[in-house]
Amino acid sequence: MLPILLRGQERPLTKIKYNREGDLLFSASKDKLANVWYSHNGERIGTFDGHNGTIWDLDVDYHSKRLLTASGDGCCFLWEVMTGKNLFKWDMVVPVLSVAWAMGDQQALIVTDSRMGRKSSIHIVKIAEDSTQQTADAELIIAIPDDMSKVTIATWGDLNAFIVAGHENGTISIWDPVTGALIESVTNHTGRVQDLQMSKDKTFFVTASKDNTAHIYDSATRKHLKTFKTDRPVNSASPSPIRNHLVIGGGQDAMGVTTTSARQGKFEARIFHLVFEEEIARIKGHFGPINTLAFHPEGRGFASGGEDGYIRLHHFDPSYFKFKYDGESLRNTDGR
Amino acid sequence: MPMDEATQQSKGFMFIEFATSEMAHLAVRAANGYRMDKSHILVASHFDEIGKYKDVPDKFEPPADKPFVVKDHMKAWLTDPHARDQWAIIKGDEVSIWVNNKSQRPDLLHSRPRWTDFYVQWSPLGTYLTTFHPQGVAIWGGPGMNMMGRFLHHDVKYIDYSPNEKYACTWSWNPFRTPDGQEHHIIVWDILANRQLRTFAAPQAEEGKANPWPIFKWSHDDKYLARVSEDKGGVIQIYETPHMGLLDKKSIPVANVRCVEWSPSENMIAYWAPGYGSAPTGVTLMRIPDRQIIRTKNLHQVLDITLHWQDQGDFLLAKVIRNKTKKSQQSSLELFRCKEKNIPNETIEFPVNVVLTNVAWEPNGGSRFVVLTQPEAMTIVTHFYQMENIEEQKAKSSKHVAKSATSNADMSNICWSPRGRFCLIAATKAFTGTIEFWDTEDDLLLTTEAHDMHTDLAWDPTGRYVVSGVSYWRVQNDNGFTLWTFSGEVLVRQQNVPQFKQLAWRPRPKSLLSDAEKARIRKHLKDYTKEFEEYDLAISSKADREVVERRLALLAEWREYRARTLESYNKNKPQRISLLGIDPDVEAKKAVLQVEEVEEILEDTEEIYES
Repeated sequence: MLPILLRGQERPLTKIKYNREGDLLFSASKDKLANVWYSHNGERIGTFDGHNGTIWDLDVDYHSKRLLTASGDGCCFLWEVMTGKNLFKWDMVVPVLSVAWAMGDQQALIVTDSRMGRKSSIHIVKIAEDSTQQTADAELIIAIPDDMSKVTIATWGDLNAFIVAGHENGTISIWDPVTGALIESVTNHTGRVQDLQMSKDKTFFVTASKDNTAHIYDSATRKHLKTFKTDRPVNSASPSPIRNHLVIGGGQDAMGVTTTSARQGKFEARIFHLVFEEEIARIKGHFGPINTLAFHPEGRGFASGGEDGYIRLHHFDPSYFKFKYDGESLRNTDGR
Repeated sequence: MPMDEATQQSKGFMFIEFATSEMAHLAVRAANGYRMDKSHILVASHFDEIGKYKDVPDKFEPPADKPFVVKDHMKAWLTDPHARDQWAIIKGDEVSIWVNNKSQRPDLLHSRPRWTDFYVQWSPLGTYLTTFHPQGVAIWGGPGMNMMGRFLHHDVKYIDYSPNEKYACTWSWNPFRTPDGQEHHIIVWDILANRQLRTFAAPQAEEGKANPWPIFKWSHDDKYLARVSEDKGGVIQIYETPHMGLLDKKSIPVANVRCVEWSPSENMIAYWAPGYGSAPTGVTLMRIPDRQIIRTKNLHQVLDITLHWQDQGDFLLAKVIRNKTKKSQQSSLELFRCKEKNIPNETIEFPVNVVLTNVAWEPNGGSRFVVLTQPEAMTIVTHFYQMENIEEQKAKSSKHVAKSATSNADMSNICWSPRGRFCLIAATKAFTGTIEFWDTEDDLLLTTEAHDMHTDLAWDPTGRYVVSGVSYWRVQNDNGFTLWTFSGEVLVRQQNVPQFKQLAWRPRPKSLLSDAEKARIRKHLKDYTKEFEEYDLAISSKADREVVERRLALLAEWREYRARTLESYNKNKPQRISLLGIDPDVEAKKAVLQVEEVEEILEDTEEIYES
């Protein structure tokens, strides 16, 4: 099916996310605005206006009531999704790189950059049910030790048992969200971790890195399971919730793009077979690198946001669901 | 000389001390071997060599016979039962040799880190692999790719083998000093004996220009090598192997001679020399060794000529650029039929100011050639010509058969299949990387493909496959290669090989079959193809099976992993429900589309209808 082109942001997209049901799509951009869209037709519902810098990350709570945004202006905002009202503001002074709701929406994590003498840290804050009671104090601050490179992205594990973080040098680290202790760290990537997405049931997670690869790790054992190789930096990777597929996007660095044509930049979204690590399909369209990708929570399609300022909303044709790869039986015997 | 007082005769020796070692060297060279009279010869040697002479035993002992060592089978690679071809590849620091398996994975034969310091080159018949090092070149061969020789030449950059691999000529940008103080760049070697034959000085290229190579041209039978020199107003120097003396001890004086090319099939040279004053420019064919001029063609107002031999020496093509007026130039092609009586010549004229960008003969004794012309900026026209039998067509014997225009000014490379007939016209070293696959027998453009930014094109020696590559030496991203069939079908696409630098096919020697035998095979081709098709099928079904088996194993492993993780996932279900307030798995299944119908009455008016 032809993708729906969403032109609501004036600058490169930094993050797009579906809500749990998949009817809404949230997008963040370097133009300081966050938007919310209907995912089935691409109609824009509203804009979250208030940041004074690039919004690097956003996360919506389980019931699509509240939205967290992380911005380069040093602030993290809590919004009411329904009205677009700003409920609370954390002033972190240094740029905020990542934000994520914990399961149950009682807590959230905020990742801050290492600037102005401050260490890269993960702040764990309690989110009050009633936002008028909200305080700015953090429950726990995990300061990243000097011998580790800075955190670029972080998210919660199943049952909030751990926090997984991606680092500038490619390290993946696991932290205890209660004590703040480092549980484990593995370095398989050789480039900056650009994206880190949990599978729907949070049993494994996917990392995307500047080193042209995406990896899959098991959540419980942190064992490296799969590697997906491409020939360009990978900015985002998202697993399908229903099939053994993974969508990967990236492309030539924004810096090198002016000197290459779209064909050579390799700005396609690629679908890989999750188990065989083989490329199945490429979806062309963006004329800049893909910065962020999200699979629809019901696996009906995916959305991609590019450096070119467009969101492309893809809905799969019926043939996608019948498509069978050699050696793969269609029965969903893995229970997903 | 000091005298012996007892005998009143000279002692027969003396010591001389010099101020510098250079003076001593010169004196030794000048005095050693000097004949004083019929029976007296002067011997001079360095003082530090005395120790060497002292240890010479007085009695002659014949040297022991060296035990016979079995040499490697130098043509072992040709004994592959399926006649598969090999290639050498440089990836990063590693050189490896692979056997081509078409679309299947190639087999690795040898792989050595830092095998070469620069690039690799096969000898023309494929016997040796040449590696380049700061100290010189090394050649490798045989089934184990063992070192077959080392030629010490500091900072060597190029090697040029003689056609039959007997000799080779190397060039270094860094000259070495000969005993008599001259700076030499070139060394000629005997390959089997591993011995230096002679060294030469070479003229340095002008600033910013590439050094011309090869400087020496080998004759087809390795017997002579020729070069042009500016000495005495222009001479052709022909040296005879193996003693490397000038042929008949004198060079051939040709005023201003610019270049010399050997016929690939007989000992005949073609050269051209620009005219001066009223003398015309001439393209000349001369037989060697008797120096008889067979044919000369005079031309006027010539700016430049390049000479192209067809690879069997049947035809010679001279690309001529002439001044038409002060501002315009005209190009033409002069064709010589060298195997016919009196060597008839004909001319193909091109319109004024049409630039001929490239010309190439069909290899393997073909009678076709391709010309690329650029009539205007951004347009390249490809012309196909065919040489026809002179009896059939008296008036004109070269026929213009086809022409195709593209608006792609990057198309610069003509790459003929080594077996002829198929030809690639490509935008090599250009942005677009377009490749046109032509069948010249039917003048048919088979397909137009592209390999972005490709820097190299190389046919395998059988003309069935061609490789396009993006070398790290020229472009620093997307390095890799694509293996195509002659008709433009992709067999292997390896476009992400980090630091891929070079891919060189191993050449094959000429076929030992006679033309009659080849014709017989062609006639019974069907019987042979059956055998090969069966083999291909067996290989591909085996590969398919392997792929499917590998996938099934991966899938089984993944399912086992999923079952394990889902078990622990389900174990934690109560916790999850208490955290989220709902069961996410149940809720997802329950989600149904609810259609809500809302009716809103905007206006309600009543009108009475009057009948």
